[in-house]
Amino acid sequence: MNWLSQIISITRFGLMSLPQRRGAAATTFIGIAGVVVVLVGVLSMSAGFTRAMSVSSSPDTAIVLRSGADSEMVSGFSREQTQIIADSPEVARAGQGALSSAELFVIIDLPKRSTGMDANVPLRGVEPAALQVRDHLKIIRGRMFEWGKDEVIVGSGAAREFTGLEVGSSIKVGRYQWPVVGMFSANGAVCESEIWSDAKVLQAAYHRGDSFQSVLARLTTPGVFQTFKDSLTSNPQLNVKVSRQSEYYAEQSETMTRLIRTLGFSVASLMAIGAVFAALNTMYSAVAARTREIATLRAMGFGGAAVVVSLMIESLLLALAGGAAGGALAYFAFNDFHTSTMNFQSFSQVAFAFRVTPRLLLEGMIWAAAIGLIGGLLPAVRAARLPIAAALREL
Amino acid sequence: MKYFHLIWCNLKRKKARTALTLLSVLVAFVLFGFLCSIKQALTGGVQMAGADRLIVRDKVSIIQLLPQSYKARMERIPGVVLATHQTWFGGVYQDPKNFFMQCPVEPEEFLEIHPELILPPDQKKAWLQTRTGAAVGRKTAERFHWKIGDKVPIRSTIWAQAGDNRVWDFDIVGIYDGKEKGTDTTALLFRYDYFDEARVGGKGQVGWYTIRVKDPALAAETAKLVDKEFENSDSETKTEPEGAFVQAWVSQIGNIQLIVVSILGAVFFTILLVTANTMSQAVRERTGELGVLKAIGFTNAQVVGIVLVESCLISIIGGGLGLGLAWMVVSRGDPTGGLLPLFFFPARDLVIGVVLCVTLGVAAAAFPALQALRLRVSDALRRM
Repeated sequence: MNWLSQIISITRFGLMSLPQRRGAAATTFIGIAGVVVVLVGVLSMSAGFTRAMSVSSSPDTAIVLRSGADSEMVSGFSREQTQIIADSPEVARAGQGALSSAELFVIIDLPKRSTGMDANVPLRGVEPAALQVRDHLKIIRGRMFEWGKDEVIVGSGAAREFTGLEVGSSIKVGRYQWPVVGMFSANGAVCESEIWSDAKVLQAAYHRGDSFQSVLARLTTPGVFQTFKDSLTSNPQLNVKVSRQSEYYAEQSETMTRLIRTLGFSVASLMAIGAVFAALNTMYSAVAARTREIATLRAMGFGGAAVVVSLMIESLLLALAGGAAGGALAYFAFNDFHTSTMNFQSFSQVAFAFRVTPRLLLEGMIWAAAIGLIGGLLPAVRAARLPIAAALREL
Repeated sequence: MKYFHLIWCNLKRKKARTALTLLSVLVAFVLFGFLCSIKQALTGGVQMAGADRLIVRDKVSIIQLLPQSYKARMERIPGVVLATHQTWFGGVYQDPKNFFMQCPVEPEEFLEIHPELILPPDQKKAWLQTRTGAAVGRKTAERFHWKIGDKVPIRSTIWAQAGDNRVWDFDIVGIYDGKEKGTDTTALLFRYDYFDEARVGGKGQVGWYTIRVKDPALAAETAKLVDKEFENSDSETKTEPEGAFVQAWVSQIGNIQLIVVSILGAVFFTILLVTANTMSQAVRERTGELGVLKAIGFTNAQVVGIVLVESCLISIIGGGLGLGLAWMVVSRGDPTGGLLPLFFFPARDLVIGVVLCVTLGVAAAAFPALQALRLRVSDALRRM
């Protein structure tokens, strides 16, 4: 009998006797499933957050802030400065003018549905080009606000996470009531967490004079970004920081992503260590229960290596089954789960959906396999090393 | 105690198994300690909030500034003892990743309203005499190795001095400590008069106010009076107890309690399963022996006791080591670099941990103990 068929027959034997070791096998299975659920669950939070922050930032849009500002919130421009930026030759043009939107970014306190407590909901004042500068932005309910009027439209994420943002209701800004006239979506992008109004209207309500905080511009081609950046940063009338939209949002999400991933990985690693012990226990008891059987096989001429390999395969299969169950559970429990959190950098809420991506599921399976292999190795080696004569005599 | 030897021998019978079970319990409790500390770090501020303090902010949102002139008007409101203000400075020291809070304050009023911050009298005096002086919390001072007499440059992302200069130099004149373990000592406090004179733009505007009320029981009424005072002005206010303010702040991140409890739930369910399974396996193997014990006169209670003690011993040793390890790891400090200023392992959770150890031990042994209890001597002996 060759080596491979030896492995196959011992593995079959082992798997068939699994029902007799239900308790121990279930422990490993559940232990590993638990690790995968926690790992995939936590990382899907980070994946969803990152996606919201990165999706739909097209390579040809650039965001301009005051130099030294780390977010829109603390940036500031006068109207003249935003005009200089809009007049750059690299900015794309359409019918009525430059595709550049000077914007105001403030927050407004609104209660969050999940906790009932006030949260910093972003409120953005935009110029007419805002809708063309962003991709995939469309009004899905109601209508666009009228320019110059005290009206707002809300992102679908904001409407879902915070109370009082249904189309037809109104929000209180200082002493004014602003009706919500429409709702927009943007393919899950971060602006779905925002409320939008006319920048001029917002300037007045927030006592901002004729100032803005950022300029979002669509460039003629992605390639001219460097020229655009160089000409603005060297302009003595300006003191600005120019980033691609994608870079800006990557920077904005860094702290949060790092926090979630650090905590997620530390919790999952600890759990994985626990699961390794569970797997070791299971396989040790499997070996102990089959001491005689294994010794008999060895006496019949099965090789030690074949015993080791087949026991490891058994452990691996058990672990993978646990991993798959955990992955499936995580998928059904977490995928597309909507929530919102505070983004420290922008000081405001970001609504996002958990995303259990194929990559995360694969990562979970790799963890499960690793736990299974580590948990199977020592017991397998012990099984192969048992002195045959003594083992045969055992109970 | 006289059966201790017997229990000890039982534990030694399968050393590998005992060790592995012990280690999985240990891991569960390290995780417990770690998660409790994270929760403490995120929600601890609520417990530390002063019952006699109110926070007043702009009604629209906290980023809107309030006039500095509100101070005098607040102090005239009945029930208000003292009002003082702070402003978000948004400063960066060396690297944006080195996050900590800086605030311009009115030194005397601020220290009076926050008795949990302890600044030695001579340092306080020095602060009042040094316009550019700053008092920094112990934690931040240690983090950046600042000493009294150091000059630290901090770049504000918000506030500029003349000539668009955003780098502010502060002289460290004092280092304050917290009265309790949970007191946040990460903020750098500097003088409002210096700040207001040097800044370009926003002069006479402050971020938010802290008020001390005469009677904490009347805090809610006083808060209403404050908001009424500024109603229909350009800057309407929203006043709430400090605890509620901090609570709302924490809730902005999400429902932390729920996340922590569900992860812990998953972990404990798993570990309980592992331990319980191992324990019942260990008892099952010894059915015959338990029968012998009963046959030679051990009572049911004694046999059950032996099984229970064996299980509890594993969970208490494992859990105790785990809690100890967690405590050691957590005392090394915040793993995120400044985002969690209140990261420590609270004593209350340590006690809960110990209780959980015992519960785990009893729960894991419950089924096998029941088996041992029901065991009939004749059946058991036949299985030998």
